[in-house]
Amino acid sequence: MEFNENFILGCSAIGAGLAVIAGIGPGIGQGIAAGHAAAAVGRNPGAKSDVTTTMLLGQAVAETTGLYGLLIALLLLFVKPLV
Amino acid sequence: MRHGLVLSGAADIDFMVHGILKYNFFGHEVWITTTHVCVLIVMLILIGFGIIARRTMLKATEVPGTFQNVVEFIVEALSNMVYGVMGKKNGSRFVNYIGTIFIFILFSNISGLFGLRNPTADYGVTLAMALITFTLIHFWQFKNNSVKDVYVGWCSPLPPWLPIWLPINLIGEIAVPISLSLRLFANVLSGLIMMALVYGLLGWVATLWPAALHVYFDLFSGAIQTYVFCMLTMTYISDQFGDKE
Repeated sequence: MEFNENFILGCSAIGAGLAVIAGIGPGIGQGIAAGHAAAAVGRNPGAKSDVTTTMLLGQAVAETTGLYGLLIALLLLFVKPLV
Repeated sequence: MRHGLVLSGAADIDFMVHGILKYNFFGHEVWITTTHVCVLIVMLILIGFGIIARRTMLKATEVPGTFQNVVEFIVEALSNMVYGVMGKKNGSRFVNYIGTIFIFILFSNISGLFGLRNPTADYGVTLAMALITFTLIHFWQFKNNSVKDVYVGWCSPLPPWLPIWLPINLIGEIAVPISLSLRLFANVLSGLIMMALVYGLLGWVATLWPAALHVYFDLFSGAIQTYVFCMLTMTYISDQFGDKE
């Protein structure tokens, strides 16, 4: 069965929207990391800079899975592999 | 093709890599792109900075002047970071490389402030740097451990005569440079696209206040991703040395 180009582009846009749902996971993960970091600073205010560094590093690593979703969305929208 | 964007009057949304010069390389069509030009500009700035810094440090004074102070601060901060993670012996071995990629990635990330297209928003650049890290990891892995140890490590949760986990661990090894490069690439690219959308779609509304977005996307996010890239490179490499310190 042959689909025309506009149909495929529309489906690609829907797929791109679905792909960025991947942002939910890193959002939750980063929130948990920030919450635990805040608790750690509350327990031990002297270690604030160390805790902040570790938290930012962990959050940046956790962000990766969300970025994969973003990349899929960008590929669908701009590289248009399916057309 | 992009009717929605074109209809809203924004033909000048532009974040793609553009070809500038085409030439034939042994029968292949090869393009000099904006990325090459931007990498070249960043490199020239860094080389010029390095030459001036060397001149200054050759006639360094006891009480440092402004520029000497800046250079000393940069070197000290970078060595503190590397020595803190990798320890004394490995730190002195890798401080040059880590410092170099740190400064290069940092300048590439904040070069969006100066109107360049960030070189790190091209997958070719980040993949090349991640492959250097990959090579370093496995060079030191095979230099410090015998082939048998490496094989046992790759079969790790199970005994080595039952290599069920071997393919999974190998995929894990290959995923390291891919995730390392995609993380940096996607972060910088998303910032670039968002700035292009703000400038392209909003027109005259986008005056002055996008500076705040620049601070976040270019400076904050760029610095964090630079730090993460170098930190992960250092941890992966120093993992290969075990407890031989």
